Amino acid sequence: MGKVYLPDSLPEVFDILSREPGAVLYAGGTDVFVKSPPGKGNDGPLVCLEKVGELTGASDLGGEVRIGACTTHREIVASRLIGEHFPLLARAARHIGAPAVRNMGTIGGNICTASPAGDTLPPLYIYDAEVELQSAKRARRLPLSSFIQGPGQTLLEGGDVLSAVYIKKDHGYTFCHFEKAGQRRAMAISIASFAFAARIGDDGRVERARCAFGSVAPTVLTMEAVDTCFAGRHVEDDVLACAAALVRAGVSPISDVRASKEYRRAVAGNLVMRLECALRGTR
Amino acid sequence: MKQTISFVLNGSAVLIEADPARRALDVLREDLGLTGTKEGCGQGECGACSIIVDGVVKLSCLMTAAQLEGREIVTIEGVAADGELHPVQAAFVEHGAVQCGFCTPGMVISAVNFLEGNPEPSREEVREALSGNLCRCTGYQKIVDAVEGAAQKMRSGGQDG
Repeated sequence: MGKVYLPDSLPEVFDILSREPGAVLYAGGTDVFVKSPPGKGNDGPLVCLEKVGELTGASDLGGEVRIGACTTHREIVASRLIGEHFPLLARAARHIGAPAVRNMGTIGGNICTASPAGDTLPPLYIYDAEVELQSAKRARRLPLSSFIQGPGQTLLEGGDVLSAVYIKKDHGYTFCHFEKAGQRRAMAISIASFAFAARIGDDGRVERARCAFGSVAPTVLTMEAVDTCFAGRHVEDDVLACAAALVRAGVSPISDVRASKEYRRAVAGNLVMRLECALRGTR
Repeated sequence: MKQTISFVLNGSAVLIEADPARRALDVLREDLGLTGTKEGCGQGECGACSIIVDGVVKLSCLMTAAQLEGREIVTIEGVAADGELHPVQAAFVEHGAVQCGFCTPGMVISAVNFLEGNPEPSREEVREALSGNLCRCTGYQKIVDAVEGAAQKMRSGGQDG
């Protein structure tokens, strides 16, 4: 069996990667080791990132928040900083797996796996999150929506480490909602998921809204036309019906072991219709 | 290629020689003889391999042996103290929360760790806390009963019931 490195710092990670360019990076192992378990086909070398100080925790940078890539879903749910500024992200993270999986899985892992079903992704698209990639030679930031290219496909290059996610605080949303449909409530990969954030005025009208859908297209789906349905309107049946129809027409789901594409299409629209129930509680 | 790995296991310092890329689950079971930790799915879906790592529940089938280094590990064998069952274990017996028993170590580990952080849980919170532990026998109700019962006993210092 291969080596396992447990570096404490990013320079140490880059040093290892320069000597072992084929090394597999992992943090929680909840995706990497499901695909190829350690010692059973995954002969490494492995680089475990869980002790790399630069990659853990969320920090307030003033206008934006930096979330280290190895921040676990449990830490995201528990973070006051994230709860205050990005409640949609905290809400979605609460839907991931079950406690033990949230104790291990990380936001960086969810991003690098780049599954259309990744539950942290729709909120991160809505917040226009950026990812930071670092290598021995350079550091760069790019929008998450361009970093993820397709199912399991990202712009991560050899020698790169996804080190952090950056989100700006000034999004101005006053209401958010996340719902996912799965085969059960825990440990379920999304059949379809829906994230919604809106700025709602004193008169109850939506000033602006953003929607993002998981598991209904090769990557997280956002549609400007759907967002526009809500602008300047009260969230009432006709608005939701208009948005749901656009969503059902705009998704490009696949059939797999969890659901058929027809079911996903129907559910994506239904999740939008159910927004009314979520909003009712706030009126 | 073996390497030395040192950690605290159920309160005692241990030093082992193991292949760092093996699963922590296999090292605990095969090298250390702690077969209470079970392998169900081997994919992080069932919770049978749950252990407590530095105070939080993790799945030992998704950890390498190397990750044990420097950690404080509690397995099901370390839950009972001085020959006395932990209140959660006693409650599983009392409530008949065990049938085949294969999921029980993981259930108990999850419940013990959960009650440390939330001594007065609602039934829904107990169900959520155990949602990553699958049981194919009991139908869960008696397990949830047991955890609720244990919480009650632990709050009253084991004096009631």
